[in-house]
Amino acid sequence: MSTSANYSVYRASRATYIGAAAVLILVLALALAPYWAGRADLRLLGEFCLYLSLATLWNLLAGYAGLVSVGQQAFVGLGGYLLFALTIFFGLHPLAAIALAAVIGALVSMPVAGLIFRLRGAYFAIGTWVMAEVFRLSFAQASALGGGSGTSLPVAIARSLADGRAAREATSYWLALGIAILVIAIAYLFLRSRRGLALTAIRDNELAAASLGIDIWRTKFVVYVVVGGLTSLVGALIFLQKLRISPDAAFSVNDWTAFVIFIVVIGGIGSLEGPIIGTIVFFLLRETLADLGAIYLIVLGAVAIAVMLFAPKGLFGLLYDRTGFRLFPLGYRVQPKPDKEA
Amino acid sequence: MDWINAIIQGGLLGGLYALFAAGLSLIFGVMRLVNIAHGDLIVLATYLGLTVTAATGLHPLAALVIVVPAMAALGYALQRGILNVTLGDDILPPLLVTFGLSIIIQNTLLETYSADPRKLSAGPLEIASLTIGGLSIGYLPLLMFATALIVIAGLQFIFYQTALGRAFRAVSDNQDIAQLMGLNRRHVFALAMALSLAVTAIAGIFLGIRTSFDPATGPARLIFGFEAVIIGGLGNLWGTLAGGMILGIAQAIGAQINPGWQILAGHIAFLAVLAVRPRGLFPRING
Repeated sequence: MSTSANYSVYRASRATYIGAAAVLILVLALALAPYWAGRADLRLLGEFCLYLSLATLWNLLAGYAGLVSVGQQAFVGLGGYLLFALTIFFGLHPLAAIALAAVIGALVSMPVAGLIFRLRGAYFAIGTWVMAEVFRLSFAQASALGGGSGTSLPVAIARSLADGRAAREATSYWLALGIAILVIAIAYLFLRSRRGLALTAIRDNELAAASLGIDIWRTKFVVYVVVGGLTSLVGALIFLQKLRISPDAAFSVNDWTAFVIFIVVIGGIGSLEGPIIGTIVFFLLRETLADLGAIYLIVLGAVAIAVMLFAPKGLFGLLYDRTGFRLFPLGYRVQPKPDKEA
Repeated sequence: MDWINAIIQGGLLGGLYALFAAGLSLIFGVMRLVNIAHGDLIVLATYLGLTVTAATGLHPLAALVIVVPAMAALGYALQRGILNVTLGDDILPPLLVTFGLSIIIQNTLLETYSADPRKLSAGPLEIASLTIGGLSIGYLPLLMFATALIVIAGLQFIFYQTALGRAFRAVSDNQDIAQLMGLNRRHVFALAMALSLAVTAIAGIFLGIRTSFDPATGPARLIFGFEAVIIGGLGNLWGTLAGGMILGIAQAIGAQINPGWQILAGHIAFLAVLAVRPRGLFPRING
């Protein structure tokens, strides 16, 4: 009879280590981008990092916690407005304001979660949309921040980020890159931990997870609050780069939710590598098709529907089914130990 | 007097919201599917009405004769072709597919009709009113409310007194056993979607007569319909009517206080009901 002594349990295969080394080199190259990339390319890379962060966070909510939210734009806009309010009215440095925006975003997401967790499934999704609308309409009433037409970030505050235009652009880019790495790192470490295992159990079968003693409501609540705080962080950075905010731009369903959902669906929902692939595909499509206006969105929608119907695990899912390659190992593998007698 | 007027107008508006919501409630009851493209399908019906009235010169209400069957056929094809595949235990596919559909419909309408706001003109019906006490009540709101009553009564009749309704309730309870009894699940679902879109066609035409519309107004209609369903309680069509009326009255009162608060007041009423009675006021099934 074979016993557990004949098998070894491991998490990462050799291909993963090679992939990880390649990614580290790539990240190093990206960190040095302000020295080799032009201004437009630097901005594009920064935007890539921000969309990647939003996609990873949405994936954490929907692909792992099973909370499909069509209202994350509430936190993006909240982060943006908090940045403007904290720097204009309280005189905080932009970096401090961004950090504080994350904390306040997490605090605000608590009562929001308390309310909308009473809804389930698709009704939960629309409930998050209603919440985002409530945020939008409320901020449109705030005349101190420009009301319905919005306001611009004062020049002095924008200048206080760093000395000189090149330094400011480099700082913005490094912040975006840093946040993307931070978000992916947090997601990865969280999913490798016991809490992450509980989350995966909930995703697979809620009833069975509950019968094992996992507190479903608490786990989902923690994930929602963390994602809300980090989304506010990303939102604050987005609007620091845009320098102008208005309710329609801050809480736009198209920009912050539709595109993010398409990225995650096409890339692969429920895997950490999916959003990375999805963001690459999204930007490729955008560079080639965006001139077509509304047709671009129709194509994007059609591709997302096709992927959802025929390849529900997305492009990364197809890759994983073929090769079993994982860049971020989250599961456990079993391998028979080599026979000692031979 | 202003307040009584606001309440009455809000209540009559609730009839329109109930029409938005009836289709949504119907498919959720039969298939447990929430169609995020529902609002955009309402606006699609309105644009269809616009094309028909422009091409034939018919009155918008007369155009219903063409628009309702057209939308019903579209609903049948949509369900049979795309949405049936997504139904199952996982909630993600139907949600994401209907979300994608919503974006596609919005942008197709944008490409076809441009972003200009349009309106269906119903002639003197739009401003005709009758005076009761000190109040003027428009014929159009009364007509919308009466239509909502008739539609909901009709849907209740279909659900509980006809063979089709029995089929709906059977597949809603248990798809597999219903198939054992000889029902074609795919066909029944498609019929439910066809019926739902027929109702949205009526809602769409009334929407176009009452207010101006453009390709981007779909999601707002979805949200109003959804709020009406949740306030009223899942699985109860008369509850949806009550929910629509409460939403309309909340919006009207909000508008009386401050015109900028109209929509926000509706959302707050919804959140209040969600906080105090999460299952709605007259729930019949669990969500």
